[in-house]
Amino acid sequence: MNVPDELKYATSHEWIRQEEGQARVGITDHAQAELTDVVYVELPKVGDRVEAGQPVAVVESVKAASDIYAPVSGTILEVNTVLESEPALVNTDAFGEGWLFTLSVEDASELDHLKSAEEYREQIG
Amino acid sequence: MSTPGNDISAPALKKTPLYGEHVKAGARMVDFGGWLMPVQYSGIMEEHHAVRNQLGVFDISHMGEVIVSGPNAQVWLDSLLTNNVSRLQPGHSHYTFLLNERGGIIDDLLVYQYAAGEYLLVINASKIGEDFAWMQAHLTEGVTLENKSAEYAGLAVQGPGAARLFDRFFDGRYSRPARNEIIEVEEKGIPLLISRTGYTGEDGFELFFDATRAASVWNAILEAGADLGIKPCGLGARDTLRLEMCYPLNGSDLSPERTPLEAGLGFFVDLDKPDFIGRKALVAQRAGGIADRLVPFRMLGKTPPPRAHYAIYKNGEAIAETTSGSLSPTLGVGIGMAYLPAQWARINEEIEIDIRGRRFPAVIDRKPLHRKS
Repeated sequence: MNVPDELKYATSHEWIRQEEGQARVGITDHAQAELTDVVYVELPKVGDRVEAGQPVAVVESVKAASDIYAPVSGTILEVNTVLESEPALVNTDAFGEGWLFTLSVEDASELDHLKSAEEYREQIG
Repeated sequence: MSTPGNDISAPALKKTPLYGEHVKAGARMVDFGGWLMPVQYSGIMEEHHAVRNQLGVFDISHMGEVIVSGPNAQVWLDSLLTNNVSRLQPGHSHYTFLLNERGGIIDDLLVYQYAAGEYLLVINASKIGEDFAWMQAHLTEGVTLENKSAEYAGLAVQGPGAARLFDRFFDGRYSRPARNEIIEVEEKGIPLLISRTGYTGEDGFELFFDATRAASVWNAILEAGADLGIKPCGLGARDTLRLEMCYPLNGSDLSPERTPLEAGLGFFVDLDKPDFIGRKALVAQRAGGIADRLVPFRMLGKTPPPRAHYAIYKNGEAIAETTSGSLSPTLGVGIGMAYLPAQWARINEEIEIDIRGRRFPAVIDRKPLHRKS
């Protein structure tokens, strides 16, 4: 399984990439493989304030709907609207074109509670 | 993210004789009614399309097999089942129901008269214990009842390539059974019962045979079908395929609280038979009018996929809930089924499905939702 070194990870299988003034969030390669064919993605609203650990999006496969949690607290800046017509990008490019949303990070110390690539690799075995 | 339905740590899950083959093939195994079963191998969409366009093979060894024989076998079956067994020709099968006294569905099943006066009942995996106990409790003289579920493996080979696979597999030594027909053949010393039946809406065969030979038959089928594009298929694709055809799933669309008349399956009920368990209730229901009917619907436009137990609204009021739902891989829209009050259970009637607090439009359609072009 691909687990890029430069990202941080939530136990609930979201990845977070720190960018200039914001953070980008998606689900991991492991998560997309577990979910299988993604057929629908429900994204948060731009401007919504979210708490770390709060369900903010839903990724649906043929079999099940799965909640996606905010890895840190902040305000949603942008959502990946391409997923509305091409939800399978979550499967084919989980760490790239399949990103879900960006948010402003309120408290950078929350990032320290997330896992490193090495810790996440250990979690998924 | 959490992944429901993947908890395989529950105690005492039963395994089919093909468990090892599934794991080898990289299947994702899930708990299905107490059985550890493959939900998918390569992916539900891919497996679904393989069955619609080429060929797929399913392990159906979890399903139950009950043999009924003896001089009173037919008469006894006719006292328990809704369809007319006395009209079933040797070598043929039909779909039927086992009902409780209230006319509610205990199980839906296929009855095969595989030899003159000898019947094979293929029943749902989760109902084996309950069905068999019910049959034993109602057993009469001159009937032999045997639960052979553990001794039989079962495969379903489904898809437009099924006929070619059959001819190739047997090297033309046997002629293909006709629709709903069952034949007894032998391949490499393994006796096989083969019927032209299935649960996908495609042409295909179901094979029943000695469970100890499961792996060798499974692998021989995959080998013979390799250049026909055969794929091992899991329960995920089995569910989307059957839902597109509006075939009911017991436990979801059928239950002891619903009758075959409400389910729109009166074709498989012969109320002209002198008696069978549940008949009186059905006659009364028919006379009094059927309040709810199971109907298929499809979502209008791009929506999240509907799933079982979503609320259904009409004119702002909750009127029912879905019994099944999924994205249809063939149609590319959400589809499902529900029991609706008769006044709304009409083709082209528009309804709304509540998905996580938002309502999305859907329309009642005719059966099946998928029709061959």
